[in-house]
Amino acid sequence: MTPNEPIVIIGGGHAGAQLCNALAGAGLGARVHLVCDEAELPYQRPPLSKAFLKDPQQAVQAHRAEPWYAEAGITLHRGDAVVAIDRAAHTVQLRSGAQLPYAQLVLATGAVARTLPALPATLANVAALRSAADALRLRGLLGAAQQLTVLGGGFIGLEIAATARALGKQVTVLESAPRLLSRSVSPELAEHVLATHRASGIDLRLGVKVGDFAIVGDRLASLSVDGQAHAVELLVMGIGAAPQVQLAQDAGLACDNGIVVDELLRTSDAAILALGDCASFPEHGSGRRLRLESVQNANDQARTALATLTGQHEPYRALPWFWSEQGSLRLQMAGLMPADGVRHRRPGATPASFSILHYVGDRLACVESVNAPLDHMAARKLLETGKSPAPTVACDPAVALKSLI
Amino acid sequence: MPDITFILPDGSALCFEAPDSVSLMQAATGYGVPGIIAECGGSAQCATCHVIVDPDWASRLPAPRPDEEALLACTAAPRSPTSRLSCQIRLEAPLQGLVVHVPDRQY
Repeated sequence: MTPNEPIVIIGGGHAGAQLCNALAGAGLGARVHLVCDEAELPYQRPPLSKAFLKDPQQAVQAHRAEPWYAEAGITLHRGDAVVAIDRAAHTVQLRSGAQLPYAQLVLATGAVARTLPALPATLANVAALRSAADALRLRGLLGAAQQLTVLGGGFIGLEIAATARALGKQVTVLESAPRLLSRSVSPELAEHVLATHRASGIDLRLGVKVGDFAIVGDRLASLSVDGQAHAVELLVMGIGAAPQVQLAQDAGLACDNGIVVDELLRTSDAAILALGDCASFPEHGSGRRLRLESVQNANDQARTALATLTGQHEPYRALPWFWSEQGSLRLQMAGLMPADGVRHRRPGATPASFSILHYVGDRLACVESVNAPLDHMAARKLLETGKSPAPTVACDPAVALKSLI
Repeated sequence: MPDITFILPDGSALCFEAPDSVSLMQAATGYGVPGIIAECGGSAQCATCHVIVDPDWASRLPAPRPDEEALLACTAAPRSPTSRLSCQIRLEAPLQGLVVHVPDRQY
């Protein structure tokens, strides 16, 4: 890469913002163009389903203030979007009409909330949560509502449910699977989450069949739950997210549940990288394809992308970790839950605090912690360094997990 | 709002006026103070916004809550008696002149 070759980043989510930081830190800010659809400066997303939703005084938290971008030499294209990539000419076409040349292009396009065809996005009392604009709208709707129905018992749905419950709302969560969070957490953790939410007064229904959406004017009036009508005042869709791959697909890049990248985050065109929620990457070691929607993945992949953009090849091999705050529950996961693991419980200081350790053979593969941040941090260190203390030792509450690092 | 000072590991200082109603971490990341990572965005989850409060100032801050206390045991740079997570410090007018030190690493 020669000094004046522009790096264009599409998407101002955590991945795009973190890559700006990394490039600025490497003294490359002057080459960077960040194109983000939203008018806001890139901002923190985790608070949107919690503190931001709860408190009308809370402002959106920008990662970096505007003067920082100017000082770093980064050109921001806010409220604009890339509508097409011309790979042969090495240019992108913006919605505003401008055309940007690139030497390297980075797709950080993120994911969009999944919707149901039967529920038009234009309904006045149906909301999803991905962006600050979504959160602002939901905050207004929630403030005026007495009752909330959440479709889907995933992380975001449960976070919103817990926030609404803390605000005194009557909350119903409808989940079609027989248990919560079935792809991402252990049955023991799911059971604890279920019991905690039910104890807080959330009406959490599992294994239900939802349908018959009755739309009156611009509102969803009711839906059926196992054949029974359920009146809806406000509905939040929490049925997951889909990677934004349209641009990549239109440009002829390989896509398969996300934009396909190699361990250096290069797409099928070596001049184009992809990272974050939109990227499907090979897991270090196993090579199986993963696509992770998490802040950790966005941040760590930004570091890998910086290395690739500057010609240092550092394959992505960061330990996945994840957190979710749901009312009194602080869930922290280190490593990905193995399908074939053996689980051991490590008690915490209180009954509301414990960790589940997953072993594959003798190898510690994943640790889920509930209200046990110290054990979570220790678990991350153990997993990062490949240490596997025997379950009898690691689950002995008299032994600090930290002492085994 | 308060003027605050971050002393970097090389001894150099960054002084600037913090915006209204933010945490010390938000002031630092907004300005772009090197070495304040704040991976989790202020949820007290990651311990990468660790700062060491100048001893003159330490006693003037409210004591850490239990979740911050737990994470302070996990900082990458060793914990000092006046270590704090900057995301848990709300900048109010009485903190005019606050001085904190940035540790040499957060990972």
